[in-house]
Amino acid sequence: MTRFTRGLALLILLALAGFGVFWVVTAPDRLPGDTFAGLTGDAARGEQVFWAGGCASCHSAPGAEGEARLVLAGGRAFDTDFGTFHAPNISPSAAGLAGWSVADLGNAMMRGVSPEGAHYYPAFPYASYVKATPQDVADLHAFLATLPASDTANLPHEVGFPFSVRRLLGGWKFLFFRNDWVLAEAEDPTLARGRYLAEALGHCAECHTPRNALGGLDRARWLAGAPSPDGKGTIPNITPAKLDWTDRDIAAYLKTGFTPDFDSAGGEMAEVVQNMSHLPDEDIAAIVAYLKAVPAVE
Amino acid sequence: MKHLIAGLLIAGCGLAGAAQAESHMSNEDLMKAVKARQATMQLYAFNLGTLGAMAKGDIEYDVDAAQAAAGNIVKLSSQNQMAYWPAGSAQGQVEGTRALPAMWDNMSDAAAKGGALVEAAMAAEAATDLAGLQAAMAGLGGACGACHKAYRAPN
Repeated sequence: MTRFTRGLALLILLALAGFGVFWVVTAPDRLPGDTFAGLTGDAARGEQVFWAGGCASCHSAPGAEGEARLVLAGGRAFDTDFGTFHAPNISPSAAGLAGWSVADLGNAMMRGVSPEGAHYYPAFPYASYVKATPQDVADLHAFLATLPASDTANLPHEVGFPFSVRRLLGGWKFLFFRNDWVLAEAEDPTLARGRYLAEALGHCAECHTPRNALGGLDRARWLAGAPSPDGKGTIPNITPAKLDWTDRDIAAYLKTGFTPDFDSAGGEMAEVVQNMSHLPDEDIAAIVAYLKAVPAVE
Repeated sequence: MKHLIAGLLIAGCGLAGAAQAESHMSNEDLMKAVKARQATMQLYAFNLGTLGAMAKGDIEYDVDAAQAAAGNIVKLSSQNQMAYWPAGSAQGQVEGTRALPAMWDNMSDAAAKGGALVEAAMAAEAATDLAGLQAAMAGLGGACGACHKAYRAPN
């Protein structure tokens, strides 16, 4: 073997090893097969999960109001630095989630993996939903099946290279996809419930926490505010450093959208309030407790 | 009921008319219109402050004061607002407003949302106890938020 061929062989070996690492790191990773074993979904409880999870905000048709927010036809567009994402149809129809098992929904929400085994883009907040309980996913699955069907066809996302290579999202997950709580200590049951609602289902951080250049959440600046992904306006800091409202004021805001000086929520947050207004007062109080407990970040 | 229909008609027609209004107005006059609608918003907020403080438990519930404040919101939202929203007074056309141009493209929808505020305010005016007022606050918040979500630019 000449020095040249030996060098070439080594290079090929390294490339293969590199590709092997890439392939392993970026492989879609599903939930353990027994995650939902023995669980039965309860549609009534699932409705609470649905509102807490904010599904309608993205998956109802553009401009949908009232009962139309329960028709999860998809079609809303989200402009970001990485491209434009179109929310898909998740209604119980052939164009949506008809035929999805609880495990399919669980892998989508908690692993960001489609039934076919492709990575979803993290515009779908699975980086938060990963902390959902299997029982809540099962309940949500039961509730979604009760909603009206829509035949609206999905639009492809408009994402340029290299972000168009879905396999790369495995690398994104390797770097940023974690299931540990940001607020590590929450022994009080109300606080623990609030942490669950805010960090898992409510996915507050997806908008209120700044992201790094690759779109990973900056956990050191948790809920400390961020530029709006569409470039219009700023999403406020809701840590105790800036959100100095009383408990009652925060609770009233989440239920009615009124700020303490009686301006009202607009934009995306008006959608959130529409969802939150369906939650029981105890859940609202739990979210307030969480917002008072997170570290203050200037 | 008569009051409700009248209010809805006024709110509806008033705003629908604004869409067709010709814009030969000076910048100064457009700014006056912006101030007029913002003054109305401030009066909403002042009266909502009374209702909200009771609903939150910051002050004691007082049926007379609550009905007076809610009644004011009924009257304010029933104003003929046509002249407050002239064509050419959207964000990007005059200073100091976050009203989106989309509002002028969908004035009948904006008018319907104004009508929903009249209804929500009437429900608050009809409330005679704290629980009723608290329920009505959600309706008022929804009515305000519906228009702000669709037609007001973020901060």
